[in-house]
Amino acid sequence: MERYYQPEIETASREQILAWQNERLVKQVKHVWDDVPYYRKKMEEAGISPDDIQGAGDLHKLPFLSKDDLRDAYPYGLLGKPLKDCVRIQSTSGTTGRRVVAFYTQHDVDLWEDCCARAITAAGGGQDDVCHVCYGYGLFTGGPGLNGGSHRVGCLTLPMSSGNTDRQLQFMVDLGSTILCCTPSYAAYLAESIHERGLRDQIKLKAGIFGAEAWSEEMRRDIEEKLGIKAYDIYGLTETSGPGVAFECSEQSGMHINEDHFIAEIIDPDTGEVLPEGSKGELVFTSITKEAFPLLRYRTRDICVLTRKACSCGRTHVKMCKPMGRSDDMLIVKGVNVFPSQIETVLLEQGYPANYQILVDRVNNSDTLEVMVEMTPENFSDSLGQITGMEKSLVAALKAMLGIYAKVRLVAPKTITRSEGKAVRVIDKRKI
Amino acid sequence: MMIQQLSIFLENRAGQLSEVAELLAQNHIDMLALNIAETSDYGVLRLIVDAPSKAAALLREHGYIVRETAVVQTPVPDRPGGLSDVLKVVSGAGIDLEYMYSVLGQQHGLAYMVFKVAAPEKLDAVLAKIS
Repeated sequence: MERYYQPEIETASREQILAWQNERLVKQVKHVWDDVPYYRKKMEEAGISPDDIQGAGDLHKLPFLSKDDLRDAYPYGLLGKPLKDCVRIQSTSGTTGRRVVAFYTQHDVDLWEDCCARAITAAGGGQDDVCHVCYGYGLFTGGPGLNGGSHRVGCLTLPMSSGNTDRQLQFMVDLGSTILCCTPSYAAYLAESIHERGLRDQIKLKAGIFGAEAWSEEMRRDIEEKLGIKAYDIYGLTETSGPGVAFECSEQSGMHINEDHFIAEIIDPDTGEVLPEGSKGELVFTSITKEAFPLLRYRTRDICVLTRKACSCGRTHVKMCKPMGRSDDMLIVKGVNVFPSQIETVLLEQGYPANYQILVDRVNNSDTLEVMVEMTPENFSDSLGQITGMEKSLVAALKAMLGIYAKVRLVAPKTITRSEGKAVRVIDKRKI
Repeated sequence: MMIQQLSIFLENRAGQLSEVAELLAQNHIDMLALNIAETSDYGVLRLIVDAPSKAAALLREHGYIVRETAVVQTPVPDRPGGLSDVLKVVSGAGIDLEYMYSVLGQQHGLAYMVFKVAAPEKLDAVLAKIS
């Protein structure tokens, strides 16, 4: 028996969903026109006013919003409500240049938590469950989002946050966790640890909600088998609220987008043209209910496909497939967004040549990041201590910029292949 | 005596040292002393050769990163306590050694050491007094 957190919304008719979207979009456009000068300017530049937007069918007339806009508007430029009405911020990792700070009113937090509650319920969660959240807590949206959703569902919530595997396992056994929320790579790691320690008979897990990074069907089967659970995918981004923008149901064949809060479009990443249902393209979101940080036509850069085929779970909201790649060069390493340009900035600041290569791999289900840099006559010294010292400060500067550890490998000059034309900056060996 | 040392950046890969040795051999450059300091990924090869300027130019031409550094070469009596006596003089003069290594072979009962210090002129003067 499929369970829903908000059945009247999750199984609403197509007409009803469209009616909500029409009404909410018109209201949202008016809101940003009145309250967010940045949007008003963008709309004026595009030659449109709120009168041009009579419903979701007019969405394509609005200009796109990109990560560059978010950077230009940092930190308050896209704020839709006075700060006194805001109660929370969440943020992506990364530098000031790339960092996204999203604001929430209490209403925004409520609807975000509702979305997460839908995901937990779809995974079979209820009042009798013990929801073990080991996404990171803090600025990262994973922990706070699932934590809030779990409260709403009425699960006993274990706010474990990430790391300290011994303690995770101890709580899991002692308190009988039934639902696990974390990144798929950490789930795989926990599964491995449980297997190694022979704890399988002592755990009560029945479901897992795993997101924030790419994972394959093979990885799903592996985790499901090792833990004896059903593993569900969840999607979201800080810009739109956090996890819960879309979530998997019992059919496990794509994630239902919460269309009462977000309108999804698929566009051609080169031309910006909206593509018909079933086409592969870049996913674009419009948040129609958020007050403090409303995003209109935000380009996620995730490549994916949408489908409205009827779902056996009874939910009527459109489904998105797992993101199939990116239309920019962003990498997701250990759940953290990494741009090659960030690494390049650090290298140049530290006096290294811009000729570098980034190697990403997955070892024991955990991502690794290595930056290959060529030694230069200027940086070279007859003292090994001086070279290792420079290496250490480069590692520290990369950590400060990216938020995660990157191994630095100093190599001989001309070691890094110079290709004709576009340089191969990234080698991603992960098999996902 | 102050001499020029060549330091060469090498990755820790099979054949790296052999390539350098072969290049010098083909050009009739004689290696007098060598020392390697390494991490797991790379190393610094320090060389004393009979024709340092020629060797440096040759190595650079072949894409190697080479640094020339002034070091002090000094004879050490080849007997127990020989090095200890020299080191006492060095530390007595308040000079810190960054690193040192020995020159291949010995002549007339003398071994030779290479010393790297921050101020080679000063060390050279100190050692000149005792030799």
